[in-house]
Amino acid sequence: MTMLTALCAIFAITILVIILAYIAVRGVSAINIEFLIDTPKPVGEGGGIGNAILGSALMTLLATAIGLPIGIGAGVYLAEFGDNWFGNTVRFLSDTLIGVPSIIVGIFVYTIVVLPMSRQSGFAGALSLAIIMIPIVARTTEEMIRLVPKSMREGALALGAPQWRVTWNIVMPAAASGIATGAMLSIARISGETAPLLFTALNSRFYNYFFDQPMASLTVQIYNYATGPFEIEHQMAWAATLILVGLILFINIVVRFLTKKKY
Amino acid sequence: MGNKITVKNLNFFYGKDQALFDISLKIPEREVMAFVGPSGCGKSTFLRVLNRMNDTIPYARIEGEVKIDGKDIYKAKTDVVALRRMVGMVFQKSNPFPKSIFDNVAYGIRINRMHSSKKDLADRVEKALKDAALWDEVKDRLPTSAFGLSGGQQQRLCIARALAVQPEVILMDEPASALDPIATQKIEELVVELKKDYTIVIVTHNMQQAARISDRTAFFMLGKLIEVNPTEKMFTNPDDKLTEDYITGRFG
Repeated sequence: MTMLTALCAIFAITILVIILAYIAVRGVSAINIEFLIDTPKPVGEGGGIGNAILGSALMTLLATAIGLPIGIGAGVYLAEFGDNWFGNTVRFLSDTLIGVPSIIVGIFVYTIVVLPMSRQSGFAGALSLAIIMIPIVARTTEEMIRLVPKSMREGALALGAPQWRVTWNIVMPAAASGIATGAMLSIARISGETAPLLFTALNSRFYNYFFDQPMASLTVQIYNYATGPFEIEHQMAWAATLILVGLILFINIVVRFLTKKKY
Repeated sequence: MGNKITVKNLNFFYGKDQALFDISLKIPEREVMAFVGPSGCGKSTFLRVLNRMNDTIPYARIEGEVKIDGKDIYKAKTDVVALRRMVGMVFQKSNPFPKSIFDNVAYGIRINRMHSSKKDLADRVEKALKDAALWDEVKDRLPTSAFGLSGGQQQRLCIARALAVQPEVILMDEPASALDPIATQKIEELVVELKKDYTIVIVTHNMQQAARISDRTAFFMLGKLIEVNPTEKMFTNPDDKLTEDYITGRFG
């Protein structure tokens, strides 16, 4: 039994290591300072992914700013007050939304934001990412909050704490590291999304700091490079992939560090 | 001495199931009253009626009258938050918050805004910890996690936390049942000490404990209050045959 499960664990980790190693080997040769800060250029003239890194960062940031508070709020509601038909409906729809292919979210945002505005924009991209993020954050938050023992809530209630204070400064801190892990996973998930950005944020060849304009992203840039006909483009796709994976890893480590349990 | 708590014809229901039947009881001020009886007899439910802790249970329903200091606590306009501040509670399993020792005790003071300054807050925390006979053991490690304390210390921390908001009544739900004999003894000594200032109601499964620390004992069975008497009488010459059988260990 131990052997079998150990083998499965080794298998799972081996595949991950192989993928990471392969990306590293293929990608590292094309990375240099110019690649990291330049905008894309015609094939053969070099160019880089600087604007794509910025675009991904900006859209992930905005998506997190929209999705995280709503997701956490919804999760708190589901856990603390959601044992009724409304809560059950929200829970069921969230689970459905988590399973919806992300390109459908892209089409939805295309219809409600891009068409009325008559142009693709960083905002539309961020909104798609936020929509993907909300149900994931809501459900993980709910699970984490439900893990906080009832006795801890009662302890606070018995001291004369009103319900909202119990939730806010006893339950939430007790569940904080779990909630942060869920948030982190959802951020990692949206930073890797390509499909919902294709028709919403589109892409851009320039540095763009404004959300009302089309915006470049690492994932779409990788898609473009990877589907191009030239070997040099493929190399740049590998390099951009390595950067993307590295950034996600970096976010993970930072959040781990920030939410380390104090008590 | 006057009666702190007066309960009249109390019935309590979980949905359709009745958990308490027609209970009338007076709890005198600054005494220790022990609730004894077999598991599931309603002692804990009754205890939680006294600070409206059952409010959190859906479908719970109550009939009858519960008065503390002459005021009906189940009146529609009762301030439950103020009630719970006045009627503190210590639970069976110690339940410190995931905070430092200091912040655990300070929590109730802070949410009720009882302190005038940082110094005052620290003084109140110190006093509560001293009253709970825990100060000497924790004074050098106040900023450390409450989970680093032993089981008995955690339970005394929970008592300190309850004392910090200056309640008048303290409800204890089997506070020593998960503790070793030495820690239990400390809690018992503490209870005897605290009754000088507080009215204490303690649920216990331990007959010797009830005999040692309580002034009066109430015996519950199957949701009914069988007998209330001064503890000494209860354990030597009970009125009811059921009580005698239970405390001599013939069933239960």
